[in-house]
Amino acid sequence: MLDFSDAQLGRLFLPKLIDLARKAIDQLGRPLILMEVCGTHTVAISRSGLRSLLADHMELRSGPGCPVCVSDQSDIDRIIALARVPGVIIATFGDMVRVPGTESSLEKERALGARVEICYSPREALSIAKGNPKNEVIFVGVGFETTMPAIALTIAEAEKQGLNNFTVLSIHKRVPPAMEVLLNDPELRIDGFILPGHVCTITGRKVFDFISSEYCIPAVIAGFEATDIMQAIYLLLHQIIRGEAKTTIGYTRLVHEDGNEKARMIIDEFFESADAPWRGFGSIPGSGMALRAIHQRFDAVRKFPIEVPPSSPPEGCACGEVLRGKFKPRDCPLFGEVCTPSTPVGPCMVSSEGACAAYYQYE
Amino acid sequence: MCLGIPGKVVELNIKEQWAIIDCLGVKNKVYIPLVTEEIALGDFLMAHAGYAIGKIDVEEAEETLKLLEEITRNA
Ligand code: SF4
Repeated sequence: MLDFSDAQLGRLFLPKLIDLARKAIDQLGRPLILMEVCGTHTVAISRSGLRSLLADHMELRSGPGCPVCVSDQSDIDRIIALARVPGVIIATFGDMVRVPGTESSLEKERALGARVEICYSPREALSIAKGNPKNEVIFVGVGFETTMPAIALTIAEAEKQGLNNFTVLSIHKRVPPAMEVLLNDPELRIDGFILPGHVCTITGRKVFDFISSEYCIPAVIAGFEATDIMQAIYLLLHQIIRGEAKTTIGYTRLVHEDGNEKARMIIDEFFESADAPWRGFGSIPGSGMALRAIHQRFDAVRKFPIEVPPSSPPEGCACGEVLRGKFKPRDCPLFGEVCTPSTPVGPCMVSSEGACAAYYQYE
Repeated sequence: MCLGIPGKVVELNIKEQWAIIDCLGVKNKVYIPLVTEEIALGDFLMAHAGYAIGKIDVEEAEETLKLLEEITRNA
């Protein structure tokens, strides 16, 4: 395919970006801060070296873009409690397994005999359910808008196959409500947002329009190669210099104005918005997705109503501040000393898309 | 988590709604009911968690790359 990872193009493009950044800084009369709100961007920006290459000209700050990281401690504890229910098999994306709950983790529970299966696609959880008819398979539905349609379609397939030992624990989250919280934070002053290309593939551009129309901050929807991100920064800087604020699409090869309507209809058929707790944010109204009552036989919350004792995040961990864009990973006193990818304290160091893990590994 | 895998369609089963996509030599089976555009062999899809979330518009991709190259040439 066409090469957006072309290093040569990136090298030629970088000086143009820096020129433009200088102009933007002159114009603003202060340093620039741009924020990415997608974990895949966080990794791409760190790995490509862009964050350090541009550090003298702008700060690229990470926001609440990693779904595993923003999962509330109470939800992690609930998953661990479910893993302890006799006969239950937890099926989940890999990153969830090592996230520390208040007392344990799925990894520890597995060592103690719980069954925890790692899936690349939720469809694999259906095969596990079919192959283990005497067990109950609970799939941990974690992810943003990008992931929700895959999980909705998997539930549809479970319905079609008449599976009665498969449920989903939905801790999905919607990105726009969290962005609103960031935008209403008077301490956080972001000059432009790099928006998540694959979330927007589903949602479309318009749902993010409020960033520019209501809060007057430029935003560009970006792809995931180094050149995609450079292009997005370029487009943001252009807006800043011209004093404009628009929400535009840089990732035009995949993102459309209205997104993927079919995917949204499928999400809507199975889920309805609900309040949801986010790590570091507390409860954000309308940011979660609960299974609709008509599909309740696939809802792990209804099928396994367990009480989870009050939880507390890992001591000393600043993931909440990191996710809210208040701290850079290195601002956390535990970073790199106590907390490393092999001895992670919080989810931002566990998840392959966590900001702490990305900064530790690449910067 | 929102990681997408782009790949070229090398096998297609419209009836069962799946495709095999090739991403740098690695082949993956992905389900395609979310893609509204018509899919043909040789098309590029973006896959996530076992489902294609969209078809990559090659003309748009070319256009973007052309624009980027132009910017690098401008003084
Ligand atoms: S470095 Fe570790 S302890 Fe500190 S915020 Fe990141 S994950 Fe939490």
